[in-house]
Amino acid sequence: MVKVTFVTQDGAAHEVEAEVGWKLMEVAVNESIPGIYGDCGGQAQCATCHVHVPPEWRPITGERNAAEQAMLANAYDVTEDSRLSCQIIVSEELDGVTVDVVDS
Amino acid sequence: MTISVPIPSLGLTEDQRAARERIYAAPLAELDPGDPESFGAQQMYWKFERLRAEDPVHFTAAEHSEQGAYWSLTKWDDIMAADTDHETFSADAGITLHRPPAGPVESDINYEANALGGQLRSEDGQIVQRERQDGLIQSLLSMDPPQHEVHRGAVVDGVSPANLKAMEPLIRERAGAILDALPIGEEFDFVEHVSRDLTAMTLATLFDYPQEKRGKLTFWSDVMTAIPGPGAVVETEEERMLAIREFFEAFAGMFQQRASQEPRVDFVSLLAHSPHAQDFTFAELQGDGIVLLVGGNDTTRNTITGSVYALNKWPGEYAKLRANPALIPSMVSETIRWQTPLTHMMRVATKDTELGGKRIAKGDRVALWYVSGNRDEDKVENANEYVIDRKNPRQHLSFGFGIHRCLGNRLAELQLRIIWEEMLARFPEITVVGEPTFSHNNFIKGYDRMTVVIPRRNG
Repeated sequence: MVKVTFVTQDGAAHEVEAEVGWKLMEVAVNESIPGIYGDCGGQAQCATCHVHVPPEWRPITGERNAAEQAMLANAYDVTEDSRLSCQIIVSEELDGVTVDVVDS
Repeated sequence: MTISVPIPSLGLTEDQRAARERIYAAPLAELDPGDPESFGAQQMYWKFERLRAEDPVHFTAAEHSEQGAYWSLTKWDDIMAADTDHETFSADAGITLHRPPAGPVESDINYEANALGGQLRSEDGQIVQRERQDGLIQSLLSMDPPQHEVHRGAVVDGVSPANLKAMEPLIRERAGAILDALPIGEEFDFVEHVSRDLTAMTLATLFDYPQEKRGKLTFWSDVMTAIPGPGAVVETEEERMLAIREFFEAFAGMFQQRASQEPRVDFVSLLAHSPHAQDFTFAELQGDGIVLLVGGNDTTRNTITGSVYALNKWPGEYAKLRANPALIPSMVSETIRWQTPLTHMMRVATKDTELGGKRIAKGDRVALWYVSGNRDEDKVENANEYVIDRKNPRQHLSFGFGIHRCLGNRLAELQLRIIWEEMLARFPEITVVGEPTFSHNNFIKGYDRMTVVIPRRNG
Protein backbone atom coordinates (compact mmCIF):
# COMPACT_ATOMS: atom_id res chain seq x y z
CA MET A 1 0.00 0.00 0.00
CA VAL A 2 1.17 3.51 -0.83
CA LYS A 3 -0.35 6.89 -0.04
CA VAL A 4 -1.74 9.10 -2.81
CA THR A 5 -3.58 12.39 -2.50
CA PHE A 6 -6.32 13.73 -4.77
CA VAL A 7 -7.02 17.45 -4.56
CA THR A 8 -10.56 18.03 -5.77
CA GLN A 9 -11.98 21.15 -7.42
CA ASP A 10 -13.20 22.54 -4.09
CA GLY A 11 -9.59 22.51 -2.87
CA ALA A 12 -10.07 19.57 -0.49
CA ALA A 13 -7.17 17.12 -0.22
CA HIS A 14 -8.17 13.45 -0.02
CA GLU A 15 -5.29 11.25 1.14
CA VAL A 16 -6.02 7.60 0.45
CA GLU A 17 -4.27 4.24 0.55
CA ALA A 18 -3.61 2.79 -2.88
CA GLU A 19 -2.88 -0.78 -3.85
CA VAL A 20 0.21 -1.27 -6.01
CA GLY A 21 -0.78 -2.42 -9.50
CA TRP A 22 -4.12 -0.62 -9.51
CA LYS A 23 -4.87 2.15 -11.96
CA LEU A 24 -4.87 5.52 -10.23
CA MET A 25 -8.42 6.03 -11.62
CA GLU A 26 -9.59 2.82 -9.94
CA VAL A 27 -8.20 3.99 -6.62
CA ALA A 28 -10.13 7.26 -6.95
CA VAL A 29 -13.40 5.59 -8.03
CA ASN A 30 -13.07 3.09 -5.19
CA GLU A 31 -12.75 6.00 -2.76
CA SER A 32 -15.57 7.97 -4.47
CA ILE A 33 -13.31 10.92 -5.19
CA PRO A 34 -15.56 13.60 -6.76
CA GLY A 35 -14.66 14.40 -10.37
CA ILE A 36 -13.14 11.00 -11.21
CA TYR A 37 -15.67 8.73 -12.93
CA GLY A 38 -13.91 6.25 -15.20
CA ASP A 39 -16.94 5.80 -17.45
CA CYS A 40 -15.07 3.69 -20.03
CA GLY A 41 -13.65 1.37 -17.42
CA GLY A 42 -10.07 2.53 -17.81
CA GLN A 43 -9.26 2.40 -21.51
CA ALA A 44 -8.47 6.09 -22.10
CA GLN A 45 -11.64 6.48 -24.15
CA CYS A 46 -13.82 8.89 -22.16
CA ALA A 47 -11.57 11.43 -20.40
CA THR A 48 -13.58 11.33 -17.17
CA CYS A 49 -10.54 10.70 -14.97
CA HIS A 50 -8.47 13.74 -15.93
CA VAL A 51 -5.81 14.85 -13.41
CA HIS A 52 -2.88 17.24 -13.32
CA VAL A 53 0.34 15.52 -12.28
CA PRO A 54 3.14 17.82 -11.03
CA PRO A 55 6.19 17.72 -13.36
CA GLU A 56 8.52 16.28 -10.69
CA TRP A 57 6.49 13.04 -10.75
CA ARG A 58 6.63 12.64 -14.50
CA PRO A 59 9.72 10.38 -14.50
CA ILE A 60 7.59 7.91 -12.51
CA THR A 61 4.19 8.35 -14.16
CA GLY A 62 5.65 8.41 -17.66
CA GLU A 63 4.27 10.28 -20.66
CA ARG A 64 0.85 10.29 -22.31
CA ASN A 65 0.16 7.54 -24.81
CA ALA A 66 -1.56 8.07 -28.17
CA ALA A 67 -5.08 7.18 -27.04
CA GLU A 68 -4.77 9.48 -24.05
CA GLN A 69 -3.45 12.26 -26.23
CA ALA A 70 -6.40 11.91 -28.62
CA MET A 71 -8.92 12.17 -25.78
CA LEU A 72 -7.15 15.08 -24.10
CA ALA A 73 -7.20 16.99 -27.40
CA ASN A 74 -10.76 18.03 -26.60
CA ALA A 75 -10.86 17.93 -22.82
CA TYR A 76 -11.12 20.95 -20.54
CA ASP A 77 -8.31 22.68 -18.65
CA VAL A 78 -5.61 20.72 -20.44
CA THR A 79 -2.05 21.65 -19.48
CA GLU A 80 1.36 20.00 -19.82
CA ASP A 81 0.55 18.25 -16.54
CA SER A 82 -2.64 16.67 -17.89
CA ARG A 83 -2.99 12.89 -17.69
CA LEU A 84 -5.82 10.41 -17.70
CA SER A 85 -5.46 8.69 -14.36
CA CYS A 86 -6.57 5.35 -15.83
CA GLN A 87 -3.25 5.31 -17.66
CA ILE A 88 -1.18 5.68 -14.49
CA ILE A 89 -0.41 2.47 -12.60
CA VAL A 90 0.20 2.73 -8.86
CA SER A 91 3.76 1.68 -7.94
CA GLU A 92 5.90 1.87 -4.79
CA GLU A 93 7.70 4.84 -6.33
CA LEU A 94 4.40 6.72 -6.56
CA ASP A 95 4.10 6.85 -2.74
CA GLY A 96 3.34 10.40 -1.60
CA VAL A 97 2.14 11.77 -4.94
CA THR A 98 -0.47 14.53 -5.01
CA VAL A 99 -2.57 15.06 -8.13
CA ASP A 100 -5.20 17.69 -8.92
CA VAL A 101 -8.57 16.44 -10.13
CA VAL A 102 -9.86 18.30 -13.20
CA ASP A 103 -13.60 18.65 -13.83
CA SER A 104 -14.72 16.76 -16.92
CA MET B 1 -52.39 -4.10 -30.21
CA THR B 2 -50.82 -2.32 -27.27
CA ILE B 3 -47.15 -1.64 -27.75
CA SER B 4 -45.09 -1.66 -24.58
CA VAL B 5 -41.50 -2.10 -23.56
CA PRO B 6 -40.88 -5.76 -22.62
CA ILE B 7 -40.26 -6.41 -18.92
CA PRO B 8 -38.74 -9.89 -18.77
CA SER B 9 -39.15 -10.25 -14.99
CA LEU B 10 -42.91 -9.78 -15.37
CA GLY B 11 -43.15 -12.10 -18.36
CA LEU B 12 -44.00 -11.13 -21.91
CA THR B 13 -47.47 -10.29 -23.14
CA GLU B 14 -49.06 -12.57 -25.71
CA ASP B 15 -48.29 -10.09 -28.50
CA GLN B 16 -44.69 -9.79 -27.37
CA ARG B 17 -44.26 -13.54 -27.19
CA ALA B 18 -45.69 -13.97 -30.69
CA ALA B 19 -43.43 -11.25 -32.10
CA ARG B 20 -40.41 -12.80 -30.44
CA GLU B 21 -41.25 -16.22 -31.86
CA ARG B 22 -41.62 -14.78 -35.35
CA ILE B 23 -38.21 -13.15 -35.08
CA TYR B 24 -36.58 -16.38 -33.88
CA ALA B 25 -38.28 -18.38 -36.65
CA ALA B 26 -37.04 -16.15 -39.47
CA PRO B 27 -33.92 -17.17 -41.44
CA LEU B 28 -30.95 -15.53 -39.73
CA ALA B 29 -29.62 -14.07 -42.98
CA GLU B 30 -32.85 -12.11 -43.45
CA LEU B 31 -32.66 -10.45 -40.05
CA ASP B 32 -32.66 -6.67 -40.54
CA PRO B 33 -32.21 -5.08 -37.10
CA GLY B 34 -32.23 -1.58 -38.62
CA ASP B 35 -35.78 -1.88 -39.89
CA PRO B 36 -37.53 1.23 -38.45
CA GLU B 37 -40.77 -0.75 -38.12
CA SER B 38 -39.36 -2.92 -35.35
CA PHE B 39 -38.38 0.17 -33.35
CA GLY B 40 -41.85 1.69 -33.55
CA ALA B 41 -43.27 -1.67 -32.46
CA GLN B 42 -40.59 -2.18 -29.74
CA GLN B 43 -39.65 -5.52 -31.33
CA MET B 44 -36.00 -4.75 -32.03
CA TYR B 45 -35.03 -6.08 -28.60
CA TRP B 46 -35.54 -9.69 -29.72
CA LYS B 47 -33.70 -9.20 -32.97
CA PHE B 48 -30.73 -7.98 -30.99
CA GLU B 49 -31.18 -10.66 -28.34
CA ARG B 50 -31.06 -13.32 -31.05
CA LEU B 51 -28.10 -11.74 -32.81
CA ARG B 52 -26.09 -11.41 -29.60
CA ALA B 53 -26.56 -15.14 -29.04
CA GLU B 54 -26.36 -16.52 -32.57
CA ASP B 55 -24.55 -14.04 -34.81
CA PRO B 56 -23.04 -11.13 -32.87
CA VAL B 57 -21.36 -9.58 -35.92
CA HIS B 58 -24.17 -9.83 -38.43
CA PHE B 59 -24.38 -8.97 -42.11
CA THR B 60 -27.64 -7.85 -43.67
CA ALA B 61 -27.53 -7.96 -47.46
CA ALA B 62 -29.09 -5.18 -49.52
CA GLU B 63 -31.92 -7.46 -50.68
CA HIS B 64 -33.09 -7.88 -47.07
CA SER B 65 -32.93 -4.24 -46.05
CA GLU B 66 -34.31 -0.88 -47.07
CA GLN B 67 -31.16 0.68 -45.61
CA GLY B 68 -28.81 -1.02 -48.06
CA ALA B 69 -26.22 -3.60 -47.03
CA TYR B 70 -24.63 -3.20 -43.60
CA TRP B 71 -22.94 -4.99 -40.74
CA SER B 72 -24.40 -4.96 -37.23
CA LEU B 73 -22.25 -5.04 -34.10
CA THR B 74 -24.42 -6.20 -31.21
CA LYS B 75 -22.03 -7.12 -28.38
CA TRP B 76 -20.50 -4.59 -25.99
CA ASP B 77 -16.87 -5.56 -26.63
CA ASP B 78 -17.14 -5.43 -30.44
CA ILE B 79 -18.93 -2.07 -30.29
CA MET B 80 -16.28 -0.72 -27.94
CA ALA B 81 -13.49 -2.02 -30.20
CA ALA B 82 -14.93 -0.31 -33.28
CA ASP B 83 -15.90 2.89 -31.48
CA THR B 84 -12.37 3.39 -30.18
CA ASP B 85 -10.63 2.58 -33.46
CA HIS B 86 -11.46 5.62 -35.57
CA GLU B 87 -8.69 4.80 -38.02
CA THR B 88 -10.31 1.54 -39.10
CA PHE B 89 -13.92 2.60 -38.56
CA SER B 90 -14.38 6.06 -40.00
CA ALA B 91 -17.32 8.29 -39.17
CA ASP B 92 -16.75 10.27 -42.31
CA ALA B 93 -19.47 8.78 -44.51
CA GLY B 94 -22.28 9.89 -42.21
CA ILE B 95 -23.26 8.51 -38.85
CA THR B 96 -26.68 6.99 -39.38
CA LEU B 97 -28.00 3.99 -41.18
CA HIS B 98 -30.92 6.03 -42.40
CA ARG B 99 -30.78 4.95 -46.03
CA PRO B 100 -28.25 3.64 -48.51
CA PRO B 101 -25.75 6.20 -49.76
CA ALA B 102 -26.41 7.29 -53.32
CA GLY B 103 -23.60 7.62 -55.83
CA PRO B 104 -20.47 5.58 -56.39
CA VAL B 105 -19.90 2.22 -54.76
CA GLU B 106 -17.89 2.36 -51.58
CA SER B 107 -14.81 0.58 -52.87
CA ASP B 108 -14.12 3.43 -55.28
CA ILE B 109 -13.58 5.85 -52.46
CA ASN B 110 -10.16 6.86 -51.23
CA TYR B 111 -10.67 7.38 -47.53
CA GLU B 112 -7.18 8.72 -46.83
CA ALA B 113 -7.80 11.64 -49.12
CA ASN B 114 -11.23 11.91 -47.65
CA ALA B 115 -10.08 12.22 -44.05
CA LEU B 116 -7.73 15.06 -44.88
CA GLY B 117 -9.65 16.87 -47.53
CA GLY B 118 -13.15 16.21 -46.33
CA GLN B 119 -14.18 15.52 -49.88
CA LEU B 120 -14.91 12.24 -51.48
CA ARG B 121 -12.37 11.29 -54.08
CA SER B 122 -12.22 8.23 -56.25
CA GLU B 123 -8.95 6.29 -56.53
CA ASP B 124 -7.80 8.41 -59.45
CA GLY B 125 -8.19 11.53 -57.34
CA GLN B 126 -11.33 12.80 -58.97
CA ILE B 127 -13.77 14.42 -56.60
CA VAL B 128 -17.03 12.55 -56.65
CA GLN B 129 -20.28 13.97 -55.43
CA ARG B 130 -22.26 11.88 -53.06
CA GLU B 131 -25.39 12.68 -51.20
CA ARG B 132 -25.07 11.99 -47.52
CA GLN B 133 -27.94 10.86 -45.40
CA ASP B 134 -29.66 13.25 -43.03
CA GLY B 135 -27.98 16.19 -44.76
CA LEU B 136 -24.98 15.49 -42.52
CA ILE B 137 -22.74 16.94 -45.14
CA GLN B 138 -19.70 17.21 -42.95
CA SER B 139 -19.65 17.83 -39.26
CA LEU B 140 -17.63 17.46 -36.12
CA LEU B 141 -19.45 14.21 -35.42
CA SER B 142 -18.78 12.73 -38.83
CA MET B 143 -15.22 13.99 -39.25
CA ASP B 144 -12.01 12.13 -38.68
CA PRO B 145 -8.85 13.68 -37.22
CA PRO B 146 -7.25 16.13 -37.65
CA GLN B 147 -10.24 18.10 -38.93
CA HIS B 148 -12.38 16.70 -36.15
CA GLU B 149 -10.28 18.34 -33.43
CA VAL B 150 -10.52 21.74 -35.13
CA HIS B 151 -14.30 21.66 -35.24
CA ARG B 152 -14.95 19.98 -31.90
CA GLY B 153 -12.31 22.15 -30.28
CA ALA B 154 -14.11 25.25 -31.53
CA VAL B 155 -17.35 24.51 -29.72
CA VAL B 156 -16.24 22.48 -26.72
CA ASP B 157 -16.30 25.51 -24.40
CA GLY B 158 -20.04 25.89 -24.98
CA VAL B 159 -20.58 23.00 -22.59
CA SER B 160 -17.51 23.42 -20.37
CA PRO B 161 -17.87 22.61 -16.65
CA ALA B 162 -17.71 26.36 -15.89
CA ASN B 163 -20.42 27.16 -18.41
CA LEU B 164 -22.63 24.36 -17.10
CA LYS B 165 -22.24 25.69 -13.58
CA ALA B 166 -23.41 29.07 -14.84
CA MET B 167 -26.37 27.47 -16.64
CA GLU B 168 -27.55 25.38 -13.70
CA PRO B 169 -29.64 28.06 -11.91
CA LEU B 170 -31.20 29.03 -15.23
CA ILE B 171 -32.20 25.44 -16.02
CA ARG B 172 -33.54 25.00 -12.47
CA GLU B 173 -35.64 28.14 -12.69
CA ARG B 174 -37.10 27.02 -16.04
CA ALA B 175 -37.76 23.50 -14.78
CA GLY B 176 -39.58 24.92 -11.77
CA ALA B 177 -41.71 27.21 -13.93
CA ILE B 178 -42.62 24.36 -16.31
CA LEU B 179 -43.60 22.06 -13.43
CA ASP B 180 -45.57 24.72 -11.55
CA ALA B 181 -47.69 25.31 -14.65
CA LEU B 182 -48.71 21.63 -14.99
CA PRO B 183 -52.32 20.68 -14.28
CA ILE B 184 -53.11 18.48 -11.28
CA GLY B 185 -55.50 15.56 -11.71
CA GLU B 186 -55.74 16.14 -15.44
CA GLU B 187 -54.18 14.18 -18.28
CA PHE B 188 -51.55 15.89 -20.44
CA ASP B 189 -48.75 15.00 -22.86
CA PHE B 190 -45.52 14.86 -20.87
CA VAL B 191 -43.36 14.99 -24.01
CA GLU B 192 -44.77 18.29 -25.19
CA HIS B 193 -45.24 20.04 -21.86
CA VAL B 194 -42.13 18.98 -19.98
CA SER B 195 -39.39 17.12 -21.92
CA ARG B 196 -39.65 19.09 -25.14
CA ASP B 197 -40.00 22.49 -23.53
CA LEU B 198 -37.14 22.18 -21.07
CA THR B 199 -34.69 20.90 -23.66
CA ALA B 200 -35.83 23.50 -26.21
CA MET B 201 -35.07 26.29 -23.73
CA THR B 202 -31.61 24.86 -23.09
CA LEU B 203 -31.01 24.52 -26.81
CA ALA B 204 -31.99 28.16 -27.38
CA THR B 205 -29.47 29.18 -24.71
CA LEU B 206 -26.73 27.06 -26.29
CA PHE B 207 -27.34 28.73 -29.67
CA ASP B 208 -28.21 32.10 -28.11
CA TYR B 209 -31.40 31.91 -30.15
CA PRO B 210 -34.48 33.95 -29.14
CA GLN B 211 -36.36 31.97 -26.46
CA GLU B 212 -39.75 32.95 -27.87
CA LYS B 213 -38.82 31.23 -31.15
CA ARG B 214 -37.36 28.10 -29.54
CA GLY B 215 -40.06 25.87 -31.04
CA LYS B 216 -38.36 26.47 -34.37
CA LEU B 217 -35.15 24.83 -33.12
CA THR B 218 -36.94 21.66 -32.03
CA PHE B 219 -38.88 21.64 -35.29
CA TRP B 220 -35.68 21.81 -37.33
CA SER B 221 -34.06 19.16 -35.17
CA ASP B 222 -37.03 16.83 -35.57
CA VAL B 223 -36.93 17.40 -39.32
CA MET B 224 -33.27 16.37 -39.54
CA THR B 225 -33.91 12.91 -38.17
CA ALA B 226 -37.43 12.45 -39.51
CA ILE B 227 -38.45 9.74 -41.90
CA PRO B 228 -41.02 11.67 -43.99
CA GLY B 229 -44.49 10.18 -44.12
CA PRO B 230 -48.11 10.72 -43.12
CA GLY B 231 -48.32 12.05 -39.58
CA ALA B 232 -44.56 12.71 -39.36
CA VAL B 233 -43.20 16.20 -38.68
CA VAL B 234 -42.67 16.48 -42.46
CA GLU B 235 -44.73 14.39 -44.83
CA THR B 236 -42.59 14.46 -47.96
CA GLU B 237 -38.89 14.59 -48.80
CA GLU B 238 -39.46 17.96 -50.53
CA GLU B 239 -40.98 19.38 -47.38
CA ARG B 240 -38.04 18.04 -45.41
CA MET B 241 -35.44 19.61 -47.70
CA LEU B 242 -37.28 22.93 -47.55
CA ALA B 243 -37.18 22.93 -43.74
CA ILE B 244 -33.51 21.97 -43.71
CA ARG B 245 -32.73 24.82 -46.08
CA GLU B 246 -34.60 27.17 -43.78
CA PHE B 247 -32.37 26.08 -40.88
CA PHE B 248 -29.22 26.55 -42.93
CA GLU B 249 -30.26 30.09 -43.84
CA ALA B 250 -31.07 30.94 -40.23
CA PHE B 251 -27.79 29.41 -39.06
CA ALA B 252 -25.76 31.28 -41.69
CA GLY B 253 -27.45 34.51 -40.63
CA MET B 254 -26.61 33.88 -37.00
CA PHE B 255 -23.03 33.02 -37.90
CA GLN B 256 -22.55 36.29 -39.78
CA GLN B 257 -24.14 38.27 -36.97
CA ARG B 258 -21.98 36.63 -34.25
CA ALA B 259 -18.82 37.09 -36.32
CA SER B 260 -19.36 40.84 -36.21
CA GLN B 261 -20.01 40.85 -32.45
CA GLU B 262 -17.83 40.30 -29.39
CA PRO B 263 -17.05 36.59 -28.75
CA ARG B 264 -19.46 34.79 -26.42
CA VAL B 265 -19.83 31.17 -25.29
CA ASP B 266 -22.79 30.15 -27.43
CA PHE B 267 -22.03 27.54 -30.09
CA VAL B 268 -22.51 29.89 -33.04
CA SER B 269 -20.26 32.58 -31.60
CA LEU B 270 -17.62 29.99 -30.70
CA LEU B 271 -17.60 28.73 -34.30
CA ALA B 272 -17.58 32.26 -35.73
CA HIS B 273 -14.63 33.29 -33.57
CA SER B 274 -12.60 30.09 -33.94
CA PRO B 275 -9.04 30.81 -35.13
CA HIS B 276 -9.85 28.41 -37.97
CA ALA B 277 -13.16 30.08 -38.86
CA GLN B 278 -11.95 31.33 -42.24
CA ASP B 279 -11.11 27.75 -43.25
CA PHE B 280 -14.55 26.38 -42.41
CA THR B 281 -16.54 25.54 -45.50
CA PHE B 282 -20.22 26.30 -45.68
CA ALA B 283 -20.91 22.57 -45.81
CA GLU B 284 -18.90 21.97 -42.65
CA LEU B 285 -20.67 24.72 -40.77
CA GLN B 286 -24.02 23.36 -41.83
CA GLY B 287 -23.00 19.94 -40.59
CA ASP B 288 -21.76 21.31 -37.26
CA GLY B 289 -25.02 23.21 -36.87
CA ILE B 290 -27.09 20.07 -37.42
CA VAL B 291 -25.08 17.96 -35.00
CA LEU B 292 -25.21 20.56 -32.24
CA LEU B 293 -28.92 21.02 -32.85
CA VAL B 294 -29.88 17.34 -32.90
CA GLY B 295 -27.40 16.31 -30.22
CA GLY B 296 -28.89 18.73 -27.73
CA ASN B 297 -32.51 18.02 -28.52
CA ASP B 298 -34.07 14.60 -29.05
CA THR B 299 -31.56 12.74 -26.92
CA THR B 300 -32.16 14.53 -23.63
CA ARG B 301 -35.85 14.97 -24.39
CA ASN B 302 -36.39 11.26 -24.88
CA THR B 303 -34.32 10.33 -21.86
CA ILE B 304 -36.39 12.64 -19.63
CA THR B 305 -39.57 11.04 -20.95
CA GLY B 306 -37.95 7.61 -20.66
CA SER B 307 -37.13 8.15 -16.99
CA VAL B 308 -40.80 8.77 -16.14
CA TYR B 309 -41.87 5.81 -18.27
CA ALA B 310 -39.31 3.40 -16.78
CA LEU B 311 -40.05 4.44 -13.19
CA ASN B 312 -43.74 3.74 -13.88
CA LYS B 313 -42.96 0.34 -15.39
CA TRP B 314 -40.74 -0.54 -12.42
CA PRO B 315 -42.70 0.99 -9.52
CA GLY B 316 -40.33 -0.56 -6.98
CA GLU B 317 -37.56 1.59 -8.42
CA TYR B 318 -39.76 4.70 -8.23
CA ALA B 319 -40.37 3.92 -4.55
CA LYS B 320 -36.61 3.61 -3.99
CA LEU B 321 -36.06 6.98 -5.62
CA ARG B 322 -38.78 8.71 -3.60
CA ALA B 323 -37.36 7.25 -0.40
CA ASN B 324 -33.83 8.27 -1.29
CA PRO B 325 -33.43 11.22 -3.69
CA ALA B 326 -29.65 10.80 -3.35
CA LEU B 327 -30.14 8.06 -5.96
CA ILE B 328 -31.01 10.66 -8.63
CA PRO B 329 -27.54 10.72 -10.30
CA SER B 330 -27.43 6.92 -10.41
CA MET B 331 -31.03 6.78 -11.72
CA VAL B 332 -30.06 9.29 -14.41
CA SER B 333 -27.18 7.11 -15.62
CA GLU B 334 -29.33 3.98 -15.50
CA THR B 335 -32.01 5.72 -17.56
CA ILE B 336 -29.44 6.82 -20.13
CA ARG B 337 -28.34 3.17 -20.44
CA TRP B 338 -31.84 1.72 -20.46
CA GLN B 339 -33.21 4.31 -22.88
CA THR B 340 -30.18 4.51 -25.19
CA PRO B 341 -31.60 7.60 -26.93
CA LEU B 342 -29.39 7.13 -30.00
CA THR B 343 -29.66 3.51 -31.07
CA HIS B 344 -26.47 3.39 -33.08
CA MET B 345 -23.62 5.16 -34.79
CA MET B 346 -22.65 4.18 -38.29
CA ARG B 347 -19.05 3.78 -39.38
CA VAL B 348 -17.39 2.76 -42.63
CA ALA B 349 -14.39 0.40 -42.71
CA THR B 350 -11.35 2.18 -44.14
CA LYS B 351 -9.55 -1.10 -44.75
CA ASP B 352 -10.23 -4.85 -44.72
CA THR B 353 -10.51 -5.93 -41.12
CA GLU B 354 -11.76 -8.74 -38.92
CA LEU B 355 -14.21 -8.49 -36.06
CA GLY B 356 -15.83 -11.34 -34.14
CA GLY B 357 -14.46 -13.82 -36.67
CA LYS B 358 -16.09 -12.03 -39.61
CA ARG B 359 -14.22 -10.40 -42.43
CA ILE B 360 -15.35 -6.81 -42.94
CA ALA B 361 -14.20 -5.36 -46.24
CA LYS B 362 -12.95 -1.87 -46.90
CA GLY B 363 -15.92 0.35 -47.66
CA ASP B 364 -18.47 -1.78 -45.78
CA ARG B 365 -20.92 0.06 -43.56
CA VAL B 366 -20.93 -1.00 -39.92
CA ALA B 367 -23.68 -0.11 -37.44
CA LEU B 368 -22.54 0.05 -33.81
CA TRP B 369 -25.76 -0.83 -32.00
CA TYR B 370 -25.42 0.87 -28.61
CA VAL B 371 -29.01 -0.16 -27.91
CA SER B 372 -27.92 -3.80 -28.10
CA GLY B 373 -24.56 -3.47 -26.34
CA ASN B 374 -26.31 -1.79 -23.41
CA ARG B 375 -28.40 -4.99 -23.04
CA ASP B 376 -25.43 -7.35 -23.33
CA GLU B 377 -25.72 -9.68 -20.33
CA ASP B 378 -22.01 -10.48 -20.53
CA LYS B 379 -21.35 -6.88 -19.53
CA VAL B 380 -24.46 -5.69 -17.72
CA GLU B 381 -26.15 -7.89 -15.14
CA ASN B 382 -29.92 -8.21 -15.62
CA ALA B 383 -29.51 -5.91 -18.58
CA ASN B 384 -33.18 -5.88 -19.56
CA GLU B 385 -34.27 -4.71 -16.14
CA TYR B 386 -34.24 -1.11 -14.97
CA VAL B 387 -32.31 -0.94 -11.69
CA ILE B 388 -31.59 2.58 -10.45
CA ASP B 389 -29.01 1.54 -7.86
CA ARG B 390 -27.10 -0.94 -9.97
CA LYS B 391 -23.32 -1.25 -9.66
CA ASN B 392 -21.33 0.98 -12.04
CA PRO B 393 -24.37 2.71 -13.60
CA ARG B 394 -22.07 5.11 -15.46
CA GLN B 395 -20.60 2.33 -17.52
CA HIS B 396 -22.89 2.29 -20.52
CA LEU B 397 -22.42 2.82 -24.25
CA SER B 398 -25.02 5.54 -24.80
CA PHE B 399 -22.51 8.41 -25.05
CA GLY B 400 -20.15 6.42 -27.22
CA PHE B 401 -16.44 6.17 -26.48
CA GLY B 402 -13.32 7.54 -28.10
CA ILE B 403 -12.89 10.84 -29.89
CA HIS B 404 -16.56 11.17 -30.93
CA ARG B 405 -17.87 10.67 -27.39
CA CYS B 406 -20.93 12.79 -26.72
CA LEU B 407 -19.93 16.42 -26.27
CA GLY B 408 -22.97 17.34 -24.19
CA ASN B 409 -23.08 14.32 -21.89
CA ARG B 410 -22.66 16.40 -18.74
CA LEU B 411 -25.36 18.83 -19.83
CA ALA B 412 -27.72 15.94 -20.48
CA GLU B 413 -27.07 14.55 -17.01
CA LEU B 414 -27.46 18.00 -15.50
CA GLN B 415 -30.87 18.57 -17.07
CA LEU B 416 -32.11 15.14 -16.00
CA ARG B 417 -30.83 15.62 -12.46
CA ILE B 418 -32.43 19.05 -12.13
CA ILE B 419 -35.83 18.08 -13.54
CA TRP B 420 -35.96 15.12 -11.13
CA GLU B 421 -34.87 17.15 -8.12
CA GLU B 422 -37.65 19.60 -8.92
CA MET B 423 -40.24 16.91 -9.71
CA LEU B 424 -39.58 14.96 -6.50
CA ALA B 425 -39.83 18.18 -4.51
CA ARG B 426 -43.29 18.87 -5.95
CA PHE B 427 -45.09 15.65 -6.81
CA PRO B 428 -45.29 12.33 -4.98
CA GLU B 429 -46.05 10.67 -8.30
CA ILE B 430 -46.32 11.20 -12.03
CA THR B 431 -48.49 8.43 -13.44
CA VAL B 432 -48.21 7.26 -17.04
CA VAL B 433 -51.65 6.69 -18.58
CA GLY B 434 -51.76 3.84 -21.10
CA GLU B 435 -48.69 3.42 -23.26
CA PRO B 436 -46.64 6.13 -24.99
CA THR B 437 -46.31 6.35 -28.78
CA PHE B 438 -42.84 5.10 -29.64
CA SER B 439 -40.98 6.92 -32.41
CA HIS B 440 -40.92 5.12 -35.75
CA ASN B 441 -37.19 5.64 -36.12
CA ASN B 442 -34.12 3.43 -36.14
CA PHE B 443 -31.74 6.17 -34.97
CA ILE B 444 -33.63 8.27 -32.44
CA LYS B 445 -35.10 5.94 -29.82
CA GLY B 446 -37.85 7.85 -28.21
CA TYR B 447 -41.43 8.84 -27.66
CA ASP B 448 -43.72 10.96 -29.79
CA ARG B 449 -46.35 11.30 -27.05
CA MET B 450 -46.81 10.09 -23.49
CA THR B 451 -49.97 10.84 -21.55
CA VAL B 452 -49.50 11.27 -17.82
CA VAL B 453 -51.50 12.51 -14.87
CA ILE B 454 -50.17 14.07 -11.67
CA PRO B 455 -52.63 13.00 -8.96
CA ARG B 456 -51.58 15.59 -6.37
CA ARG B 457 -48.82 17.84 -5.09
CA ASN B 458 -46.68 16.96 -2.08
CA GLY B 459 -48.57 17.74 1.11
